[in-house]
Amino acid sequence: MEIFHNLIYGFEVALSLQNLVYCFIGVLVGTAIGVLPGIGPLVTIAMLLPLTFNLAPTPSLIMLAGIYYGAQYGGSTTSILVNLPGETASAVTCLDGYQMARQGRAGPALAIAAIGSFFAGCVGTLLIALFGPPLAEWALKFGAPEYFSLMLMGLVAAAVLAHGDMTKSLAMVVVGLLLGVVGTDVNSGMSRFEFGIAELTDGIGFTVVAVGFFAVAEIVKNLESPEKTEVFTKKVKNLMPTIKDLKDSFPAMVRGTAVGAFFGALPGTGPSISAFSSYMVEKKLAKDSSRFGKGAIEGVAGPESANNAAAQTAFIPTLTLGIPGSATMALMLGALTIQGIAPGPQVMTSNPDLFWGLIASMWVGNAMLVILNLPLVGLWVQMLKIPYRWLFPSIIMFCAVGNYSLNNSAMDVYLCAVLGLLGYIFAKLEFEPAPMILGFVLGPLMEENLRRALLISRGDPSVFFTRPISLAFMLLAAFILFIMVAPAMRKKKEEVYSVHGA
Amino acid sequence: MKIGLHNNKDFLAGLLLIGVGAGAFYMALDYPFGSTRSMGPGYFPRILAGIAIAFGIVTLLKGVRMPELVKGRWGWKPLAMITLSLVVFGWVVERFGFVPALVALFFISALGGHEFRFKEVAILTVVMTIFAIAVFVVLLGLPYPLIQEF
Repeated sequence: MEIFHNLIYGFEVALSLQNLVYCFIGVLVGTAIGVLPGIGPLVTIAMLLPLTFNLAPTPSLIMLAGIYYGAQYGGSTTSILVNLPGETASAVTCLDGYQMARQGRAGPALAIAAIGSFFAGCVGTLLIALFGPPLAEWALKFGAPEYFSLMLMGLVAAAVLAHGDMTKSLAMVVVGLLLGVVGTDVNSGMSRFEFGIAELTDGIGFTVVAVGFFAVAEIVKNLESPEKTEVFTKKVKNLMPTIKDLKDSFPAMVRGTAVGAFFGALPGTGPSISAFSSYMVEKKLAKDSSRFGKGAIEGVAGPESANNAAAQTAFIPTLTLGIPGSATMALMLGALTIQGIAPGPQVMTSNPDLFWGLIASMWVGNAMLVILNLPLVGLWVQMLKIPYRWLFPSIIMFCAVGNYSLNNSAMDVYLCAVLGLLGYIFAKLEFEPAPMILGFVLGPLMEENLRRALLISRGDPSVFFTRPISLAFMLLAAFILFIMVAPAMRKKKEEVYSVHGA
Repeated sequence: MKIGLHNNKDFLAGLLLIGVGAGAFYMALDYPFGSTRSMGPGYFPRILAGIAIAFGIVTLLKGVRMPELVKGRWGWKPLAMITLSLVVFGWVVERFGFVPALVALFFISALGGHEFRFKEVAILTVVMTIFAIAVFVVLLGLPYPLIQEF
């Protein structure tokens, strides 16, 4: 079986000492920032991206992925213990997890969350190994029109399904595409939007945009209102769940994993929607739905499995098609491009150690998290006592030094400051930054494929609608737009997101 | 609070978009447009700028028809301090070295917070500067002079 051959190869890569160390650093940092409110995986990955420049591609991707799924573990820990979701995807876990903790069952809740996540992680890894190669093979046949349509669909879906006003999210995609235009045009050699700054002829660096829009803007937003200080100390005992707990939660884990795996692979939907949907499924299927919100273990097991499964399957379109479905995945693609690897279906064949090593490392990382998290729970909770006024200057330091180190040029730091300012104003007017970064990453590729497609068709735009695969993507994009404009769906979307806001 | 145009969220959002679009369109006028068959460097940006303006108009009108307040207050002070700390870092690091740049960054950015306790910031600066030197200069081997002679 080729899958097993590939997976074994992946484990050989992932289990090398160097990669184990970076995986460990990743999940450790991830858990820490998952615990800390006010700093999420996006900000962390954005600020650490410049540092990965000095690493080889495989360890750097392994570390960044570790931060991503590690943050989900950390977020659920604080959701359960102190009713504080460190991360949006674990907001749903608060509902029943915290209630369980209040009933003195924090231990089993944490254990079930960890076991559910681990189970979902294993399934997710298998799914990537199973669906990745055929998808990449299929995508290798794509020509320029198919690629353009696929990217268009991905961007539309990501903008429309994401949080917030639809028009503004679509507009943010356009802003991202425009930022992507900055620099020298490959076809004509002309530099565009360079504002007379020599450094801009190479384009705006990916990390500069990511750090500015995510880290800097986010910090300023957090500083608008005074910090709340919370005092809590809690001891967790009796980690072991009972046989009954396991029996009750296993079906929920399976369903949660299925829900998460599905939403994770779609563009625009991710761990947060998965966790919420899984919670709704469990509540509907339960014999006695009144237990939910009062410490039902299924309400922890389902969503926790779902958000972790989604975190894993999100890598499928990212790695095989080169189309990121979320901002985090766009950052992962950015990390690839920093390393000089063009994202797309060829990654699997040109860098098999990266692809299979990364997949296997997710399994290894999930195992590390179970071992790391359960005994260290007390320590993580202590971290909540670190005041934000110590954290944010340190984050700014990472942003500044990281961007400076890319080209040893202060210009990148100045640009980052300008983009941070712009990012804050956009965020304040309730523009979502995620569609922007997706547009920014895909922009140059989109322009290139658009040009190539129309060159081949001699300027006839019908080429996008006469080739069947391209037509299918176009129809899908139109369909997603259409159903989301419908008032009923819009209302449903608002309902889903209102839970996270709470 | 009464909603005027100055704190009308979508009105301002629309203005911002129209501004970005119009600016980009104006700059892109200098780049040859080409034809659909063989696009010039101005084709893609001008189309994008046009779409941005269109979205901007839609958003602006939405703001006029259904006014909503900008949520929360504007954090001008943290915004100014954080931006300034980055700019000063960039300026100082090229002239005076890594350590003075970090000291400036910590003190200026900390001024953007709600509480500024001199002793605390000083300790934070010392600890994080040592950490940064260990990670960036020693471990990653970045070639930055700690203090430049001047």
